[in-house]
Amino acid sequence: MAILLVADHSNSALGASTGKALTAAKAIGGDVHVLIAGHAAQAAAEAASKLDGVAKVLVADAPHLANGLAEEIAATVVSLAGNYDTIIAPATASGKNVLPRVAALLDVMQISDIIKVVSPDTFERPIYAGNAIQTVQSTEAKKVITVRTAAFAAASEGGSAPIESVSAAPAVGISSFVGAELTKSDRPELTAAKIVISGGRGMGNGENFKTYIEPIATRLGAAMGASRAAVDAGFVPNDLQVGQTGKVVAPELYVAVGISGAIQHLAGMKDSKVIVAINKDAEAPIFQVADYGLVADLFQALPELDAELGKAGL
Amino acid sequence: MKILVAVKRVVDYAVKIRVKADGSGIELANVKMSMNPFDEIAVEEAVRIKEKDPATEVVAVSIGTTKSQETLRTALAIGADRAILVETADDTPVEPLAVAKLLRAVVEQEKPDLVVLGKQAIDDDSNQTGQMLAALLGWAQGTFASKVVPEGGAVNVTREVDGGLETVKLTLPAIVTTDLRLNEPRYPSLPNIMKAKKKPLDVKKPADYGVDVAQRLKVLKTTEPPVRKAGVKVADVAELVRRLKTEAGVI
Ligand SMILES: Cc1cc2nc3c(=O)[nH]c(=O)nc-3n(C[C@H](O)[C@H](O)[C@H](O)COP(=O)(O)OP(=O)(O)OC[C@H]3O[C@@H](n4cnc5c(N)ncnc54)[C@H](O)[C@@H]3O)c2cc1C
Ligand SMILES: Cc1cc2nc3c(=O)[nH]c(=O)nc-3n(C[C@H](O)[C@H](O)[C@H](O)COP(=O)(O)OP(=O)(O)OC[C@H]3O[C@@H](n4cnc5c(N)ncnc54)[C@H](O)[C@@H]3O)c2cc1C
Repeated sequence: MAILLVADHSNSALGASTGKALTAAKAIGGDVHVLIAGHAAQAAAEAASKLDGVAKVLVADAPHLANGLAEEIAATVVSLAGNYDTIIAPATASGKNVLPRVAALLDVMQISDIIKVVSPDTFERPIYAGNAIQTVQSTEAKKVITVRTAAFAAASEGGSAPIESVSAAPAVGISSFVGAELTKSDRPELTAAKIVISGGRGMGNGENFKTYIEPIATRLGAAMGASRAAVDAGFVPNDLQVGQTGKVVAPELYVAVGISGAIQHLAGMKDSKVIVAINKDAEAPIFQVADYGLVADLFQALPELDAELGKAGL
Repeated sequence: MKILVAVKRVVDYAVKIRVKADGSGIELANVKMSMNPFDEIAVEEAVRIKEKDPATEVVAVSIGTTKSQETLRTALAIGADRAILVETADDTPVEPLAVAKLLRAVVEQEKPDLVVLGKQAIDDDSNQTGQMLAALLGWAQGTFASKVVPEGGAVNVTREVDGGLETVKLTLPAIVTTDLRLNEPRYPSLPNIMKAKKKPLDVKKPADYGVDVAQRLKVLKTTEPPVRKAGVKVADVAELVRRLKTEAGVI
């Protein structure tokens, strides 16, 4: 039977995470149908139809689906579930919100945050902040799965799947959307960036992020990240937090500045291809996972790094 | 208002866990256990609501072995009024769906207006239970909350989402799951720890609620993740940039 992939989208755009969850879906095998549950989401639907390996895009359009409310999206997903033996979504804030609700409505135990498809019913997933990897087998007739997007490459483009409309479930009406404060940034999205430069408590304040980290991020076309300590202290917004309970990233290059390397932080970045640590404490645990460690005061090292990258033509 | 808070006993966040050599799980013998940090935040939030509106009753509930009584006593010391332990016979894990079904049964008896849970337990990292409970009850859910404002028959919840923050308004009764920045939990004072020992703690069994806690997922094995080896220390920024360009090829 077919797989239903619940897309992460903002109506006007498709989240990059959807293409990564698609790769996991294809590894499970079977026709993949992508569901865009939204309102006036033609642009997102068209982007999904271009992903390679999508058999069909389903569009459920209704005003009550406009803002991704879990109660509403889950009701529509469940109304379609009869045709599918696997329902899958990226483990983004939206997938994590919606899919367990779908799973419980279907009386199914969800498999969260898979990092590998071993076989169509067996998966690997990290537990204890990634300090152990569990291989789990589902005995459920229907499988409900979220995908750790950092563990799968994005599906390529080049498809042209048909777009079909399906009916939205009637409004549940127990919740409503009040508003959002989204961080505006021209930088690449944290979980999709090839290079990430993150600052920790050592940055001292938010102004220093601007003065010392931003110019380097701009030169490298990098996304900015942060430790929990830096977010809690109000240096930067919450959506920059990397770690067990923030975002999980696996870029080509991760630069950790003024971050000690607590296990909860490592859980979010230790699968990066190359890790650089800049810290004035030579004993900081971050150096145990860094490919290149620089023991230095960041307020000296970062301006030097900026200049050196400039010299290198970046 | 009546608030139910779900608390789970987990390996303390500061413990570096070890995987058993035979792949059968995590070494849990003689490991420091604590309340799941997100659940401390949940209890703190409920107690703060009570401090503003003294007519509030806060009931803490945990599902686990008899040792989870300790965790419930911590909740009582933070300020919960009474506690319920749904006691499981042994350490066999109870999956989020079964936990949610047990919590639903407790909710049906207790009839709270609000149930507060952690967004995830830091052992199994499932991030499911609250959403599942909301689904089973047909209630609204405000997950990953960084601000909770009850208002008449509703609650406004500000949520941490991938792009920043969003606010939703939920009709009560409703479910809230806590994120890190909702509050900073207090340390219980000694007098409150003493008082907590005398607060009521009911012990029930899963069978009392007619819930089947059999596992649906089979854990085939638990292994160590690949270890990353420490690399080299570079002498200065120039060496760093040179190596990133020529050796690693990432810039
Ligand atoms: C339930 C729970 C969930 C958590 N989730 C996360 C998570 O998702 N992500 C996360 O990051 N953390 C998380 N944490 C927090 C984590 O345990 C650490 O507290 C946090 O990562 C520390 O952040 P830090 O490294 O910036 O700060 P610190 O540990 O204080 O380290 C600061 C570092 O900066 C260095 N430094 C200071 N000044 C300078 C300077 N001038 N030049 C160079 N170096 C300097 C210091 O040597 C030090 O190593 C969580 C904790 C809990 C309990
Ligand atoms: C091999 C293995 C061994 C395990 N061993 C143990 C063990 O020895 N002891 C143990 O407790 N668990 C153990 N677990 C975890 C257990 O199986 C369930 O996964 C867990 O109870 C629910 O998942 P979660 O905590 O990740 O849910 P999440 O959905 O991440 O939890 C979110 C929130 O739900 C609430 N909640 C979750 N569980 C409970 C609970 N039991 N009581 C009250 N509130 C709760 C809390 O508010 C929590 O913050 C083990 C898991 C595996 C796979």
